[in-house]
Amino acid sequence: MKTIYEKPQVFTDAITTYCGGCGHGIVGKLIAELIDELKLQENGILVWPIGCSCLSDRYYDMDNFMALHGRAPASATGIKRADPSKFVLCYQGDGDMVSEGMAEIMHAAIRSEKFSVIFINNAIYGMTGGQMAPTTMLGQVASTAPYGRETLNSGYPVQMAELMATMPGVVYSERVTVTSPANVAKCKKALKKAFELQLEGKGLSFVEVLSPCPTGWKMAATKSLDYIDEVLTQVYPLGVKKDASKEEN
Amino acid sequence: MNLVKINFDRCKECGYCIKFCPKGCLSKGDKINKRGYFPPVFAAENCIACGSCARMCPDTAISVYKDVE
Ligand SMILES: Cc1ncc(C[n+]2csc(CCOP(=O)(O)OP(=O)(O)O)c2C)c(N)n1
Ligand code: SF4
Ligand code: SF4
Ligand code: SF4
Repeated sequence: MKTIYEKPQVFTDAITTYCGGCGHGIVGKLIAELIDELKLQENGILVWPIGCSCLSDRYYDMDNFMALHGRAPASATGIKRADPSKFVLCYQGDGDMVSEGMAEIMHAAIRSEKFSVIFINNAIYGMTGGQMAPTTMLGQVASTAPYGRETLNSGYPVQMAELMATMPGVVYSERVTVTSPANVAKCKKALKKAFELQLEGKGLSFVEVLSPCPTGWKMAATKSLDYIDEVLTQVYPLGVKKDASKEEN
Repeated sequence: MNLVKINFDRCKECGYCIKFCPKGCLSKGDKINKRGYFPPVFAAENCIACGSCARMCPDTAISVYKDVE
């Protein structure tokens, strides 16, 4: 008998608080697989945001830190600078990163902090009931944009992966998604690259994941995957936006 | 024979495993779990142990084993 897939070892038996089909669950599982594969359980510290993923410390049997809203990059900075031998992961949603904490992520990039960032873009505030985020697409309905986002009052969606690619302190920036087994595999590859660059002591590595929020989008879970493939990827194109990992630093 | 084990009480009935099984081995279930979801049921006949169902499952409810006695 050969084991093809089993729950990663670092995962506890806790059942997540996520809704059925939530992308946080898929990405969280890939993080756990990589912690096992790269043996990061002993030496890693996971920094979690405010948002639907804010109880993630229950899911991983290792060191975790719960940051204030938007401040995960600041907390990760302190942890990584206090002990650069640690693997530090900074995980944030789009409300957390792009509204609440835009200054923190920008300054972490400016300073070229040596940790990895996972940015979960579901184009909405999930936890608090589907309010508009800076990443909400034009025309997209949210509880605070009942007729759809329009530019006059609410401006334009923010493309974080492209923005981070313009920052000299960022060594790697890629946008991926989790809408099929092939895309989940690509997401894992991007996360692995980001983690390995940190282990090599390179600058900030950034992976944006277009992630389904079936509840916030008021869709069946399987439909939310189609919505990403058909709609979200038009505004947020997938792919590597920057790879300076071969350059001298 | 290949085996797909579904952890009944972890499942949240998202349907991803059913959607992405290339061999149609998974289908909607009719038994309710303790959180009120109906986990899918597995029929081993055509399973190729590709692991797609497990890799898509956001709740880590699925394990996959190849060539089980
Ligand atoms: C200082 C502060 N402001 C506002 C809130 C309310 N709040 C909690 S989660 C959240 C938004 C989370 O959205 P996002 O980062 O997109 O994460 P998701 O829930 O979608 O994963 C907000 C505004 C808070 N907890 N603290
Ligand atoms: S509200 Fe959205 S982001 Fe939050 S757990 Fe539910 S599906 Fe996931
Ligand atoms: S392992 Fe592959 S073939 Fe078997 S049930 Fe899962 S998705 Fe279907
Ligand atoms: S993918 Fe997982 S949670 Fe979703 S229906 Fe299948 S077993 Fe249940």
